Amino acid sequence: MAVPGARARGWAAAAKTAQRRRRVEDAGASPSPEMASRRAALYVHWPYCEKRCSYCNFNKYIPRGVQEAAMRNCLVTEAQTLLQLSGVRRVESVFFGGGTPSLASPHTVSAVLEAVARTAHLPADSEVTLEANPTSASGSRLAAFGAAGVNRLSIGLQSLDDSELQLLGRTHSADDALRTLAEARHLFPGRVSVDLMLGLPAQRVGPWIRQLQELLHHCDDHLSLYQLSLERGTALFAQVQQGALPAPDPELAAEMYQKGRAVLREAGFRQYEVSNFARNGALSTHNWTYWQCGQYLGVGPGAHGRFMLQGTGSHTREARIQTLEPDNWMKEVMLSGHGTRKRVPLGKLELLEEVLAMGLRTDVGITHQHWQQFEPQLTLNDVFGASEEVKLLLEQGLLLLDDRGLRCSWEGLAVLDSLLLTLLPRLQEAWQQGTPSLVPGG
Amino acid sequence: MWTLAGRGWWRGRALAPWVTGAANMALPGPRPAPTRRAPAEFRASDRLSSSASLKEKLDMSIFPVENIRNFSIIAHVDHGKSTLADRLLELTGTIDKTKNNKQVLDKLQVERERGITVKAQTASLFYNCERKQYLLNLIDTPGHVDFSYEVSRSLSACQGVLLVVDANEIDLKNADPERVEKQIEKVFDIPSSECIKISAKLGTNVESVLQAVIERIPPPKVHRKNPLRALVFDSIFDQYRGVIANVALFDGVVSKGDKIISAYTQKTYEVNEVGILNPNEHSTHKLYAGQVGYLIAGMKDVTEAQIGDTLYLHKQPVEPLPGFKSAKPMVFAGMYPVDQSEYNNLKSAIEKLTLNDSSVTVHRDSCLALGAGWRLGFLGLLHMEVFNQRLEQEYNASVILTTPTVPYKAVLSSAKLIKEYGDKEITIINPAQFPDKSKVSEYLEPVVLGTIITPDEFTGKIMMLCQARRAIQKNMIFIDQNRVMLKYLFPLNEIVVDFYDSLKSLSSGYASFDYEDAGYQTAELVKMDILLNGNIVEELVTIVHKDKAHFVGKAICERLKDSLPRQLFEIAIQAAIGSKIIARETVKAYRKNVLAKCYGGDITRKMKLLKRQAEGKKKLRKIGNVEVPKDAFIKVLKTQSDK
Repeated sequence: MAVPGARARGWAAAAKTAQRRRRVEDAGASPSPEMASRRAALYVHWPYCEKRCSYCNFNKYIPRGVQEAAMRNCLVTEAQTLLQLSGVRRVESVFFGGGTPSLASPHTVSAVLEAVARTAHLPADSEVTLEANPTSASGSRLAAFGAAGVNRLSIGLQSLDDSELQLLGRTHSADDALRTLAEARHLFPGRVSVDLMLGLPAQRVGPWIRQLQELLHHCDDHLSLYQLSLERGTALFAQVQQGALPAPDPELAAEMYQKGRAVLREAGFRQYEVSNFARNGALSTHNWTYWQCGQYLGVGPGAHGRFMLQGTGSHTREARIQTLEPDNWMKEVMLSGHGTRKRVPLGKLELLEEVLAMGLRTDVGITHQHWQQFEPQLTLNDVFGASEEVKLLLEQGLLLLDDRGLRCSWEGLAVLDSLLLTLLPRLQEAWQQGTPSLVPGG
Repeated sequence: MWTLAGRGWWRGRALAPWVTGAANMALPGPRPAPTRRAPAEFRASDRLSSSASLKEKLDMSIFPVENIRNFSIIAHVDHGKSTLADRLLELTGTIDKTKNNKQVLDKLQVERERGITVKAQTASLFYNCERKQYLLNLIDTPGHVDFSYEVSRSLSACQGVLLVVDANEIDLKNADPERVEKQIEKVFDIPSSECIKISAKLGTNVESVLQAVIERIPPPKVHRKNPLRALVFDSIFDQYRGVIANVALFDGVVSKGDKIISAYTQKTYEVNEVGILNPNEHSTHKLYAGQVGYLIAGMKDVTEAQIGDTLYLHKQPVEPLPGFKSAKPMVFAGMYPVDQSEYNNLKSAIEKLTLNDSSVTVHRDSCLALGAGWRLGFLGLLHMEVFNQRLEQEYNASVILTTPTVPYKAVLSSAKLIKEYGDKEITIINPAQFPDKSKVSEYLEPVVLGTIITPDEFTGKIMMLCQARRAIQKNMIFIDQNRVMLKYLFPLNEIVVDFYDSLKSLSSGYASFDYEDAGYQTAELVKMDILLNGNIVEELVTIVHKDKAHFVGKAICERLKDSLPRQLFEIAIQAAIGSKIIARETVKAYRKNVLAKCYGGDITRKMKLLKRQAEGKKKLRKIGNVEVPKDAFIKVLKTQSDK
């Protein structure tokens, strides 16, 4: 393992300057000298947490002690290996997610960034986000992460009500969260995001809206609203099953969502995705890459990636999943440089389905130009223009198809999953009619 | 356990296994058909020992009438009837004495699982007593009220019965022998001195039961020299040998090569094989008057060997035995394959099962939601459940069974309709065919006379339940200090689905229920439609009593609401009689249906889920603009109870 050298420190320092300078005006249209197959976003998974949250079914572990040096080495190795395999030359964003990556040492973050910068081009203005948990993110630690190269924070605030935080199994209080938020804004002005959950058991609309309004007094330029989904295997799920807690009311959650988006619109936020709101252009470029079906590499236990392999002569994108369990993953990385557990080639139709399903989550939807990058033959009008069922959705005002492209209306965005049940089969049908001789995935 | 062997005392009484005073007064056995040769079936004979099997053809003439006893065992479910039968078979050397003999005569999986007898079985036992060789024919009958006719025919082949009463039912805290003794005296007028106290489980005193059978049950009053007169008391179908009829000879002799005639069908057959059952088939040269066995005579279909029919020799006609009736279904239900591609497999399974059970009626039927299927008629609900269970267990069929309905009748007033149906009175087995009131002078519904026996502390609650089911009280007596026997006239549709469950739950399992056919009564029936956004759902059309329409309509709408997924618009669910809406529920439109988090790690899972949902959407049935999952109706149909 290379100790972060001058070059990495140099990168972090450069990034530090850049974050003040930079404003993403339209994340979707950032021009790049590299072709799409040579660009990627990078996700790094830190699998450990201090404590299990009652709602979380992510791939995370509560360790007795973390062998951080070994983990760091493996993250570095795998990042390098995957960058080489993919032939990616330019990494446009890095996202440290988890787990609780703010529990990792800043040294680990800088080591990974340095390795990336050594293997590919990591522009100084690249977005480098760290997910931070209020209790593990004191001001001094945040400053150290900043020095390590992090230039954007996503804070898991979740609620401003202490009893709700307790229900969720969070280790912090509302005051802790607000303190962390203030410190983060001081260190990363304009580049701090907070998560707020809605639709909790027994949660009521009025108090929740008041939480959101309170949060608006404190927050920066980015906010995510997440409806709680009860996941099998979580403590919360079990409590609801056993009747110890009331089941979340989807009607109320829908009302919170609709009222919440209206409040945020009033406050000057752009809802640029189903759950994400930004003002002053503070969109997350990393997440934008997912919704635009750009390439991304996933590093760390259980991380997902989607990219093309370099030098195989194939132009097929692969969906990759790394080994879930940290110890096994580390063994594999040490043995073969990466811990990829599953590789599934994505057929061309499958990729188009993802373009559709992910693109419609955004406010711009799927522009004609964007669609054409993935499918030069069949236009959006070819696919959807003649369908009676799609027409019905257009007439109901849930969907728009015009000169700009295909997108959801304000009302339609909230019921996108239902719209997709009409749109996806239509795409399949058009694909089968339009390309009888083509083998999907060819 | 006490057994009573006696003669005559049971004649002229409704056979009532519940009188035994047991705690768990569940309804006893039913009776679909046994398929001794059906490949999927477990065969008791496989377990029978070689020592007990008979290798050579028996000469049955060595058993004169005076050495024959034909008897049956009557007991409440779980009182040990099958255990006693097992011991009797062991004691007479019919089967080996091993620990594995459990319910030897109950061959079907459904019988073993439910602890009931579904199909009559006969076992001929050879028993030496005082240097005489006796032939003891044990005829094991089903016990459930659904099969009361079959039971009556089986019993008409017997001259006596063993009544088995468990005096020590463990889950009955207040049971004791003295009380059982008193009840037996009170209900049957049998003195306690006639009881034999045994333990079938341990085999204690079982030998004395056999001695009592010989001493107390008379030999059949029959004549070998008279022309053949044989009662068919059961029949099964064997795919290689055709119909195997269980027969009891009242007069005469039958042997291979005889030409016989069915008194009911008047068809002539040549006897290929006769024999006894011990309990597997063992062919004999002949069967003689008083004996019980089987007969194979080239009958192709069980309907040719109807229960209660009389067989006699060609050119020697006799007076048919009394009591013959054709099977009469009481309960009808639609049966459909879960997947239409399974239609042919299910068809063949139903054909095979009905080959053995002529009491099931089969009409082809179809509906838009469920596709092609059948409307089947059953003797009762247990019969239906057993049939369904056998389809699943023995033929691996997976079926959708719609809510059972009863055969309503309509007296037509429209001359045109009378001409069309060829009759003034028609029976409606499918609600979709319910004629409009304007063309009908009156509707009739089937009624049954129900008997409930309960500890008296539940009487009040039970009377309220009966009242809610439109029942009319006919009688109420105390059968002992704390047990009450209630008799009610029930509309059949009120008890078809869940009455028994309700009764059991409000009496902590103590009350028993039994019913018998009591004809038809005038009823104010209406046809109720269920509408989705104004469009009628054909498979949910229900016939209901006018007074219950609102209640039932509301219940169906509520259940449908729970099983219809939300859509992008509001769905109105309505119950209507004619143009009048009597109940309404609303499924609200989706306001939010989008996954909150969808980042790099969520895409694969999300796409999989969406595609699965899109596939499912293709299979939805559309009623107007409303998309309905198939199981939505099934859920409503299955759980619909006519309260």
